[in-house]
Amino acid sequence: MATVFSSPESALVLGRPSLAEVTRTVAGIVERRTPRAWWVAFALTGSLTLVLLAMLGYLVSTGIGVWGNNSPVGWAFDITNFVFWIGIGHAGTLISAILYLFRQRWRTSINRFAEAMTLFAVACAAIFPMFHVGRPWRAYWLFPAPNAWLGLWPNFRSPLIWDVFAVSTYGTVSLLFWYVGLIPDLATLRDRAQSRARQVIYGVLSLGWRGSARHWNHYEMAYLLLAGLSTPLVLSVHSIVSFDFAVSLLPGWHTTIFPPYFVAGAIFSGFAMVVTLMVVARQAFGLQHLVTMKHLENMNKVMLATGLIVGYAYGVEFFIAWYSGNPYERFAFVNRALGPYGWAYWIMVAANVLAPQCFWFRRVRTSLPAMFLISILVNLGMWFERFVIIVSSLHRDFLPSAWGMFRPTWVDLLTLAGSFGLFLTLFLLFVRFLPLISMSEVKGMMAAREGV
Amino acid sequence: MNGRRYWRSLGQRQDSPEFRQWLEREFPQLASEWTGSRRTLLRLMAASFGLAGLTACRRPAERILPAGRGIEGYVPGRPLYYATIMTLSGLATGLLVETHEGRPTKIEGNPEHPSSRGAATAFAQAAILGLYDPDRSRSVLRQGRRSSWEELAGFLPSHFRAAGRGEGLWVVSSAIGSPTLARLKALLLEKYPRARWIEYEPLGREQEWEGSRLAFGRALQPQLRLDQAEVILSLDADFLGLDCLAPAWIQDFARRRRISSPGGGMNRLYVVETAYSLTGAMADHRRRARPSEIPALAQELARALGLAGELPVLQPGPPRTWAEAVARDLRRHPGRCLVLAGPRQPAAVHALVHWINHALGNVGRTVHYTEPPVQTQAEGLRDLAAEAASGGLRTLVILGGNPVYDAPADLDFSTVMRKAPVSIHLGPEADETAALASWHVPEAHFLESWGDGRALDGTASIQQPLIEPLFGGKTAGELAAWIAGHPRQRAYDLVRDYWTARWPKGDAERLWQRSLHDGVIPETAFPAVRPVLDEPRLRALLAAPLPAGEELEVTFLPSASTYDGRFANNGWLQEAPEPITKLTWDNAALISPATARRLGLEAGDLAALERAGRRIVMPVWIQPGHADGAVSLTLGYGRLRCGRVGRGIGHNAYPLRLGGPSPHPAGLRLSKLGRKYPLAVTQEHHSMEGRPLVREATLDEFRRNPDFTAREGPKVERFSLFREHAYTQGHQWGMAVDLNACIGCNACLLACQAENNIPIVGKEQVRRGREMHWIRLDRYYAGGEDDPQVVWQPVACQQCEMAPCETVCPVAATNHSPEGLNDMTYNRCIGTRYCANNCPYKVRRFNFLDYHKGLEEIHKMAYNPDVTVRMRGVMEKCTYCVQRIEEKRIQAKAEGRRPLRDGEILTACQQTCPAEAIVFGDLNDPESRVSRLKRDPRNYSLLGELNTRPRTSYLAKLRNPNPELEGLESS
Repeated sequence: MATVFSSPESALVLGRPSLAEVTRTVAGIVERRTPRAWWVAFALTGSLTLVLLAMLGYLVSTGIGVWGNNSPVGWAFDITNFVFWIGIGHAGTLISAILYLFRQRWRTSINRFAEAMTLFAVACAAIFPMFHVGRPWRAYWLFPAPNAWLGLWPNFRSPLIWDVFAVSTYGTVSLLFWYVGLIPDLATLRDRAQSRARQVIYGVLSLGWRGSARHWNHYEMAYLLLAGLSTPLVLSVHSIVSFDFAVSLLPGWHTTIFPPYFVAGAIFSGFAMVVTLMVVARQAFGLQHLVTMKHLENMNKVMLATGLIVGYAYGVEFFIAWYSGNPYERFAFVNRALGPYGWAYWIMVAANVLAPQCFWFRRVRTSLPAMFLISILVNLGMWFERFVIIVSSLHRDFLPSAWGMFRPTWVDLLTLAGSFGLFLTLFLLFVRFLPLISMSEVKGMMAAREGV
Repeated sequence: MNGRRYWRSLGQRQDSPEFRQWLEREFPQLASEWTGSRRTLLRLMAASFGLAGLTACRRPAERILPAGRGIEGYVPGRPLYYATIMTLSGLATGLLVETHEGRPTKIEGNPEHPSSRGAATAFAQAAILGLYDPDRSRSVLRQGRRSSWEELAGFLPSHFRAAGRGEGLWVVSSAIGSPTLARLKALLLEKYPRARWIEYEPLGREQEWEGSRLAFGRALQPQLRLDQAEVILSLDADFLGLDCLAPAWIQDFARRRRISSPGGGMNRLYVVETAYSLTGAMADHRRRARPSEIPALAQELARALGLAGELPVLQPGPPRTWAEAVARDLRRHPGRCLVLAGPRQPAAVHALVHWINHALGNVGRTVHYTEPPVQTQAEGLRDLAAEAASGGLRTLVILGGNPVYDAPADLDFSTVMRKAPVSIHLGPEADETAALASWHVPEAHFLESWGDGRALDGTASIQQPLIEPLFGGKTAGELAAWIAGHPRQRAYDLVRDYWTARWPKGDAERLWQRSLHDGVIPETAFPAVRPVLDEPRLRALLAAPLPAGEELEVTFLPSASTYDGRFANNGWLQEAPEPITKLTWDNAALISPATARRLGLEAGDLAALERAGRRIVMPVWIQPGHADGAVSLTLGYGRLRCGRVGRGIGHNAYPLRLGGPSPHPAGLRLSKLGRKYPLAVTQEHHSMEGRPLVREATLDEFRRNPDFTAREGPKVERFSLFREHAYTQGHQWGMAVDLNACIGCNACLLACQAENNIPIVGKEQVRRGREMHWIRLDRYYAGGEDDPQVVWQPVACQQCEMAPCETVCPVAATNHSPEGLNDMTYNRCIGTRYCANNCPYKVRRFNFLDYHKGLEEIHKMAYNPDVTVRMRGVMEKCTYCVQRIEEKRIQAKAEGRRPLRDGEILTACQQTCPAEAIVFGDLNDPESRVSRLKRDPRNYSLLGELNTRPRTSYLAKLRNPNPELEGLESS
């Protein structure tokens, strides 16, 4: 296990800050006057969010036809974006729950950040299933609300219904987990608050936390239980999302490898997104001594590992398509790599399989520009992975007479851009109003190491 | 109303054209009543409000009789069926029209009529939409401005009183099949003996009549008995497609394709043609040839049959080998074979064909001759043009048709129009001809006016109106009677008088009623004549040298969507994919892949085409199987004065079409423009990719190996994770489609569109892949791109027992009925499109936008009230016409709970199919036709290996090639 304060490269906290300094650093971000850069960023992302709202308004008022979806490509950007955002959300739970259970202490500096990202990604993801339906004002029928007149229930055989349960459970548990983890820090903010408003708001949110031993005892137990509860969700959500495809009979979708492949891909993309955001955030808020190169390097290692799994999955898909002897399956994969959407496939391979191989080199792993670039590439590649799976499988399936092409419209593109706007806006609000690093856990880790 | 005149705006006070236009838009029915008084207007509005309940039932004033059921009394909510006819190029086909509460909603073929025998063509199916076309002409126009019937009534008698003996009076009408109109023509020419009356059709068959004149000395109509022919050779005759003069031909042909056991036989079809046609797609041997090569091949054939006597044979080569092999096959079937020539072939080819049929003993067996039911005189227009040029033209009356748009380009008909001091145009829309006419008179639609007509074999029928003229039009007969000063001027009186005068007095009423009810007038078919061949003349024809071919030849084709341009404003037809190219909303210059390579053209490239000093621009489409060195231009597009649907759609090819005594393909120059033009096709991929989708064998292979479909197809294993439903109780609906009979004609597609209220989506949406047709006709090419074969596969919802769509719908909006239907609950559907993604047949259609938005009220009269109109955001698909199943079930229940009979329920596609390729019925009844077909060794399920267990299955396609010709096709 890495030491807390040892060499600069492997330390989890640099410069031996005192516990008070940690509090000052983290809580200070929230308490300082809003920097101008934040406003600039907020204006940009806020406008993008407005674009998203405008696009959704146009969609609801006019119809799915404003997108490029067609027959045979019934799903395109909508479900691609959904799976993409759900995948992004995976890093949060993995870091907070699984690494917690495995006592990976390097998670402490980044877990709050990653969990927040999870929530916002899930929020972005949830937009798409709701709005991709032809009659969004009836989307609530997806929930098991028995129809008062006919006693109608949803069709429990449909993977889309499983999605509803999986994603809503995941969203709920992630929110709880994140919030429970926030309570001691909210109490710290309450105690440091200068204004009445802050005292009241943080006071209500901290649920009367006083930091007594009893509190800590219950808190630790609850946190452990929630971690245990979240752990299966990390595996289940994306497994179930992958069932949307695996349970169908479409060549290119109908694959048993999908659950592990999707989970690995989700963790891969989630870590990439954490790295992308963290590289910027630690620089912007001066958190280099709390989020150290060690954290970033570890995340890059996870990316390398999951990237290899994903690359292996790509290969196995081709092997099985050939080995199955199924002509439709074979065609689907040849078409995926060499058909009209071959360019998307090769973007995906280059970004997801080749780019992370650079992380074999320690110099790359610890270089901020390199990891920033690679993490962006991985995000791009993982979006294309979903695009390739969805569009290239749908556009040429069984009957060549029904084959077609999908071309995105400007509404498709702006909706995707707008979802990034929403995600980043939520993020900016988060870093402005809540501690983006778990003060209590970082301090706990420092204390444990020093034997105080 | 002599009080003070109040006015609201300057426009009103001055009665300006803008104000009148506004008035028309606001109150189209009242505009002609406008006299400037607000009170009159209010009074009229109050009166019409009071009468609104009455005007909803627009029935003709005269007594019309329904056919079939419901004569006893009309039951609201129950449809009534009336027999009538539709006339195209002068030939009538019998229809049975369904009406709901007095409005026609659906057209079927009349089973009693010899031409249709229960089938209706795509054009007939789409006529419903044409009836409710809001862009139809609504008022009399004078010099292009709105006028009134009163004004016309004031003008006509005084004008024709001064017409004297008809000097300078010319009448141009469409082909006249109607006996009443023919009589009126005679009366008019009696009254104005110096007048001339020309019957003109842009797709006239002058060469056919000229050919029979060459062969027999008189114009005669060959009557085909395709069911008697075992070997058929078509020389550029698309007799299953647009050259088909009676849907019954298709039925006869398809009957000889159907084969129930390996011991059965089927006919053999040879086709020689330039562009790929429906007939070419059915051919066992298709030979592509430039237009100039076809007469040579006909001569070659005549020589090979020994008709030439001592004449020397021509150059040896592949055409001769081919002709000789075909000749041997024909000779093996004397009296049981048939040779046909198409309307684009010169008269000499037709004459030779008559000779060949005669020599093969076919006359009286597979073909006999009668008087022609129609004759047109396109060359008469040349005399008219000459008269106009000399200044002798005084009055030009155009009774239907659009010659300014479609007359031969070298005649320059618009100049003829301009030279006429008075021109009166009768037509259904304010078209190109109306724009140049001094008077335009709205023509009544055939579903709203009385008339009569003759089928190809001469059988006469009464054209019964189903509804009062929606926009108050007149028929050609009425206008002719008016001009001729006939005492009777209502179409009903004219028709009734004509026929009752021919019947015995006491019997007239009974015969009239019977004719209306049955849709045919008994004993009116023409008797067969036995013509005598003029052999010396034919021998001279055979010896005559043929003009040499050119590097690039041109041929003009009718359009499967607009015919000659007349249906351009019909959205159903515009959006129906052209059967071979699958183009919608456009025409194109068709060229072969090799010619495209030679000229450096790609599909969608714009090209300039020049001929005889005229130039048009058209996109190019590369058509596999097209003859090299030839360009086929589809007519009927590029209408500039047309309704909102058809205006400016496609490119007009008429400017390159020249008149003359004989069609000639020469003188075309084509150059690439370097620009692209977007074309909307519904099928972008044309190969089956080696998949067993359409299964095909030759007749010999089938005889050796009757269960080839099962043996060669993938293994089907029945396996299910879910508890299987037995489907043994009650009715279990199923369908079988005989791919050996299907000719790919689109009639089913349009019947389905009319029956199921399927919207059109427009070119842009088709380009996006969002067409809504519930049944599509998949067309695949097999073989090389230069000379492939075509196979068809109509694909609608397969009604899978293990439907992949049903399990994935999150809200259970698509479920299985106990009778095995895959039902769609539109108001439960939220539109996730998951079902469509999981459908291996991709037959589900999604309402991406509100495709019914912005339709005019009148358009909604075309809707079938038995079928829900779907809103945007929901999925839809073929239901096996569940409304028809329920209708018959209720009827059977009402008739004493009797069991449903096999064949009682017909799906819309099945009912109209002229090839009888679609059979629907109860699979639980082992004796039903569909059950018997499912036991056929050729029966297979499309993608059955997916274990979807579709209720629709296909009977494999067979071809019957001539073993002598093996290996010759590729040359």
